[in-house]
Amino acid sequence: MEGIGLIHYLTLSAVVFCIGVFGMLTRRNAIGVLMSIELMFNAVNITLVAFARYVTPATITGQVVAIFTIAVAAAEATVALAIVLLIYQHHRGIDVDRINFMKW
Amino acid sequence: MDTISLAFYALAFLIIAAAIFVVTSKNIFHSAIYLILALFGVAGVYVLLQAPFLAAAQVLMYVGAVSMLMIFAIMLTARIADQTIRHTNEQVLTGLLLSLGLLAVIVYSLWQTPFAISSDPMPEGAGGTLGKLLLTQFALPFEIVSVLLLGALIGAVVIAKKDSVRRDPEAPTTPLPKSIEKVAG
Repeated sequence: MEGIGLIHYLTLSAVVFCIGVFGMLTRRNAIGVLMSIELMFNAVNITLVAFARYVTPATITGQVVAIFTIAVAAAEATVALAIVLLIYQHHRGIDVDRINFMKW
Repeated sequence: MDTISLAFYALAFLIIAAAIFVVTSKNIFHSAIYLILALFGVAGVYVLLQAPFLAAAQVLMYVGAVSMLMIFAIMLTARIADQTIRHTNEQVLTGLLLSLGLLAVIVYSLWQTPFAISSDPMPEGAGGTLGKLLLTQFALPFEIVSVLLLGALIGAVVIAKKDSVRRDPEAPTTPLPKSIEKVAG
């Protein structure tokens, strides 16, 4: 085995992504779900940067896409946390299993 | 084992351990702290992948801004009882099976795929190249992202504004802690 290659980074990314999926499916706290989603964003970013390093090193397009991902993730986190705060004020709790007031 | 391999395995161990604590920790505040640790590890991986600008952006955006936002939201919403109530739902077994299955599928297909690995050198001064790309080839997405960020800013203010709160009359009427009452009005 000759050093660390693309496959190692992709495997790390897959593991982190699946941990994020597990957290997203099992957390009851809405903020916990959001944190799992941030983990998944980071796993995808590792994939993008690894491809930029090993597959297209001359044009570092993957890094540009990773920058856009970071910006969109920040926007997502801002709006999602505002919604969580609103739900907490409205509902006295942020248990995602009990937030069903849009269902009638 | 050379230095790069050693650094990679140390960072991978750090990230995976911290990520597992993020999703399993009973106390949501500890989850946030472990999330910061995992995000730092990802910044280290960016350094290993010769993306120093992204590593800096990661520390600024995630470790600095997003994590602070998370902790802010936790402090505004968490109650003292949070540490003792159940923190997972009934889907633990399903979720575990699903995520392990997904992992198996992804890793299997990764190791089966022949990637077109190129041995071209990375451009000198990757940060400058990145800036040029952003303002030439990717100028339109760049502008759209700035509009998106502005929209998110306005949206967050409008959503979290005090006046938009309509109390649900059927919601349990436990009094808010003092610190929250001040903010919620």
